[in-house]
Amino acid sequence: MTSASLPPADLPGLDPKWSRIVSAPDATGTSRRWHVLDTGPTGPDAPMGTVLCVHGNPTWSYTFRSILAALGDSWRVIAPDHLGMGYSERTDHPHTLADRIDELGSLTDELGVHGPVLVVAHDWGGPIALGWAEKHADVVAGITLLNTAVSQPDDASVPPLIATARAGRLLRTVTHRTRTFLDGTLRLAHPALPRDVADAYRAPYREAGRRRAIADFVADIPLESDHPSRPTLDQVGEGLDALRDVPVLLLWGPRDPVFADRYLRDLQRRLPQAQTHRFEGAGHLVIEDAPVAEAVERFAADLAAGRTRELRVVPALLPTTSTQRRTLWSALEDRAQDGSVAVVEMGRRGPARAITWKQLAATVRDLSAGLTAVGVRPQDRVALLVPPGADLTAVLYATWRAGAVPVVADAGLGLPALRRALRGADVQHVIGVARGLSAAKGMGLPGTYVSVGGFPPGLRRALGVDYTATELAQIGRQLPTSTKPSVTAEAAVLFTSGATGPAKGVVYRHAQLEAQRDIIAETFDIRPNDRLVAAFAPFALFGPALGIPSAVPAMDITKPATLTSRAMADAIAAIDATLVFAAPAALRNIVRTASSLDQAQRERCERVRLLLSAGAPVPRETLRAASLVLGGCEAHTPYGMTEAMPVADVTLAELESGGRGNGVLVGHPVPGVQIAISPLDPTGAATGALTDSADVTGEICVRGPHVKDHYDQLWVTQRESARDHGWHRTGDIGHLDPEGRLWVEGRIAHIITTPVGVVTPVGPEQRLERLDPVRLAAVVGVGPAGRQAVVAVVEAPQQDKGVASLELTDALRLASGIEFAAVLVVDELPVDIRHNSKIDRVRVSQMASEVLAGHGGALS
Amino acid sequence: MRVLVTGATSLLGAGVAERLVARGDDVVALQRGEGHRDWAQVRGDIRDAAIVDHAMQGVDAVVHAAAKVSVVGDWDEFESVNVGGTQNVLDAARAHDVGRLVHVSSPSVAHFGEPLMAADADPADPDRAHGHYARSKAMAEQLALEAADADLDVVAVRPHLVWGPGDTQLVGRIVERAASGRLVLIDGGTALIDTTYLDNAADSLVAALDRVHEVSGEAFVVSNGEPRTVAELLARMCRAAGVRGPTRSVPRPVASGAGAVVERTWSVTGREGEPPMTRFLAEQLSTAHWFDQRRTQERLQWAPRVSLAEGFERLTASYQPRNV
Repeated sequence: MTSASLPPADLPGLDPKWSRIVSAPDATGTSRRWHVLDTGPTGPDAPMGTVLCVHGNPTWSYTFRSILAALGDSWRVIAPDHLGMGYSERTDHPHTLADRIDELGSLTDELGVHGPVLVVAHDWGGPIALGWAEKHADVVAGITLLNTAVSQPDDASVPPLIATARAGRLLRTVTHRTRTFLDGTLRLAHPALPRDVADAYRAPYREAGRRRAIADFVADIPLESDHPSRPTLDQVGEGLDALRDVPVLLLWGPRDPVFADRYLRDLQRRLPQAQTHRFEGAGHLVIEDAPVAEAVERFAADLAAGRTRELRVVPALLPTTSTQRRTLWSALEDRAQDGSVAVVEMGRRGPARAITWKQLAATVRDLSAGLTAVGVRPQDRVALLVPPGADLTAVLYATWRAGAVPVVADAGLGLPALRRALRGADVQHVIGVARGLSAAKGMGLPGTYVSVGGFPPGLRRALGVDYTATELAQIGRQLPTSTKPSVTAEAAVLFTSGATGPAKGVVYRHAQLEAQRDIIAETFDIRPNDRLVAAFAPFALFGPALGIPSAVPAMDITKPATLTSRAMADAIAAIDATLVFAAPAALRNIVRTASSLDQAQRERCERVRLLLSAGAPVPRETLRAASLVLGGCEAHTPYGMTEAMPVADVTLAELESGGRGNGVLVGHPVPGVQIAISPLDPTGAATGALTDSADVTGEICVRGPHVKDHYDQLWVTQRESARDHGWHRTGDIGHLDPEGRLWVEGRIAHIITTPVGVVTPVGPEQRLERLDPVRLAAVVGVGPAGRQAVVAVVEAPQQDKGVASLELTDALRLASGIEFAAVLVVDELPVDIRHNSKIDRVRVSQMASEVLAGHGGALS
Repeated sequence: MRVLVTGATSLLGAGVAERLVARGDDVVALQRGEGHRDWAQVRGDIRDAAIVDHAMQGVDAVVHAAAKVSVVGDWDEFESVNVGGTQNVLDAARAHDVGRLVHVSSPSVAHFGEPLMAADADPADPDRAHGHYARSKAMAEQLALEAADADLDVVAVRPHLVWGPGDTQLVGRIVERAASGRLVLIDGGTALIDTTYLDNAADSLVAALDRVHEVSGEAFVVSNGEPRTVAELLARMCRAAGVRGPTRSVPRPVASGAGAVVERTWSVTGREGEPPMTRFLAEQLSTAHWFDQRRTQERLQWAPRVSLAEGFERLTASYQPRNV
């Protein structure tokens, strides 16, 4: 048999110094020679402990090179090749799972591994590593698992790649005689592996004679209940209970045809203490696809510092007394006998639907009991695919009342992103209109399907409808409602717009949503006799929680610019509204179409007392013009984000008297909210300690009872955003002025780092937009970070496209005080799909870089 | 300190000589043509080793600015002037125990056609440099830097597109073409490029002379550190001269193709002067090349004193009728 050997010295990313050959007995007691990557015994410089990395099939220790490089200075990192794999000795007999667990133990004895140990395992290295961990529980300090499994769930089909490899006579051909299985696995990387890296993975398996253990490994997967390794695997799975006190981090690549998300769910159930980070877009070889080593490094640092438990809930901020608690549906219970209108949905010709408090309270109660009756358990996640309006209001409150967790993602994300979001959120049930259910079916969302509204006859089966909402309410009518969820129970998963990267799921608990409702009520002084026109999706749902009637105007609520002044006036008339909430794009259109209002409509509009613009920064001119349409009413614009809304608030009057500064004035923090700034270093990173000093630019950090609980299954993102205990890092940059008011200067990702310092875009953009020829401006950096040149890209309808005229260039440099390297004129700047108004500066910068590189890049 | 300045009839060479004289250095100029009267002169060709050796007598330091700068011409001439001339300077410097040499080079020695954004001074590479000029200057820079040792400190300074009042090389040609309606932009003139106002370039060479011991063996790109689009630069030069700027644009493949035809015709017919377009020029005017100036400024302890805006004002003034 071939003995162990050292890998070639020139494999990319692999330091030859790490390789050593070690002898240790195999399961039969025969001494075998192992190839082990080992950064060396822990000394005074590497005092933290040992990281033990266990590879799967058909890879080898090479797969962990990034972890050796990242952690090797402070930890002893060990990554052996299993016997028969990589560069370890080839044997003439197969090794079962039980063998391999024992063999790993013999090896670690030989290597003198002592605690604390952080175990890292991938693929079928998972069961081996966990088996080892159960036997060495006294030294195990933490566990990180990458795309692995400890069981074959009964409801899960066998992964096709494994099924093919296991298909009887084919097994040896696919895995041993040919490189089909090896090459197939390497092709699972996203993006594709560089050729030299793929070759390094293949290096120890070039000849068929060296691949025998690959076949044995596949054959040892206990797919069948009578498989010889099944008892061992079951034992490993059951033994996880003994590791309940050990911190676990699951790092997952969801694009894995072998270990799909259901294996992740299985691990999460078995290891309830586990934290998870799903790297959207990454697959089976997650360590190649995503910054896994960085995540492990952070986890290891947390282990060393003894802070791995909870990076999320801030108990001090959660209300402790339940006596004063007002649930999200308390107003519904209070007004259960009230025959006045609660929710109005407007159509093109007046109110299309009006629901009274009494009706809404009864529907919510019955639906909630129905949901419980058909198996929707507390904390189950329910996708709501219903457009804002009376129906969504009813099912949302019913879902809350049943203790389940609504998952809400904006259809504006587009179907592929929506699919990734909902599947990633582990949705267990779906409530939707026909179109929503059909989409859910297409996405393969599991669970009970409940339809809302009508669907074409005969389509019930095609849509997979288990119950209509009406049926559910009938089922629930005679049944009791479940106990109400506690303040700390999860209450919602809301998805961010995904303007910068994949949409993130944001988890709220009931206490946080209740606090949000109360902060909104206090900030805008909302009283029981107020009535709300809600043309902005999130607020369209808050009417019942606030205990005030609401009307949704006739518009496509996902496209704010479709709100006309007449549609708004009709909605105002329907409930004699005192409040109007809308997005800036909607306000612009209201102003544009204001002349179509007749005298009566104008008069009704003038009875509104407060206008609120939310969702994106609003130019004060737009806000004033919209307020004038509403009889010059008080106008506010709050600042916030999916993770915390609202954070600050400013009135039109303050905007107009507040003078001008660097950025957008967003006002004072709202009641109960604290704002601090984390100053920037010269590279544009917000590394400074939190401060509330005036005129310091940095990342805006927020603290308050309504701030998000955590990001869903995004441990790294959550850890980063909650770096300062109890605070949320917003990713926005800005500063506080001497009066304590907040000014927003852009996004962290939009900071321009020039050789002479940092430039933030929003202030200069505002100064440019005040110039007559400029309709919209973006100020971006081109070139490498730290050495960027500043460029202005503007929409200027009267000007030639391309490099701006000298006159315009001079005017822009003068107005901004910035010596732009270039001023470019374009037809249209790219804006964020969701709000129609946030400029996508990352794209502008890419576009400008291309054009200014002189490739003849197209200026749109 | 006695300093030999080669190529002192060029604006840049004369600028250096002026500065050295002004601060009390003893300047001797080696030049082909009639030159300035404010300093000693040796008349002769840099290709003539005996003349170079003669000029080197009693010299403490050299600023080697002489070169054949052109976008067309025979390789032999580029090689003999730029490479052979540099070899002559090095040999003579060695023979006369000269301790310091500032070699005036060009950013084109390390520009291989791809866009450069905030680049540093990469090593010169004759095999990849585009065109005879860049290739010969790359070889010359390699020779010069390789000569650096304990006895001779050598620094290579690469001023990037030097321009200013009185400049016939760049500004003069642009203005002349614009005046006759023959100036066109390539690809809309959107490429971002660095330029250097004349006074800043001359200052940087004096700074390099003073710092050569500390930075021996290194190469630096010098520019104003204010990259601008080609379109803006051409428009400002034309405006300064009171002529209409370019209004037409052609795509780079067209310009490049025309350049190739012109290059052939020019060399076959032996026509004198500079042709309107060559492939090298087409590439230079349609590809970004701007440089991170932090290392240059820090190592040479130099910073540009004249901003581009100020430079264009001075250029405008130079085109105004003089008031007596």
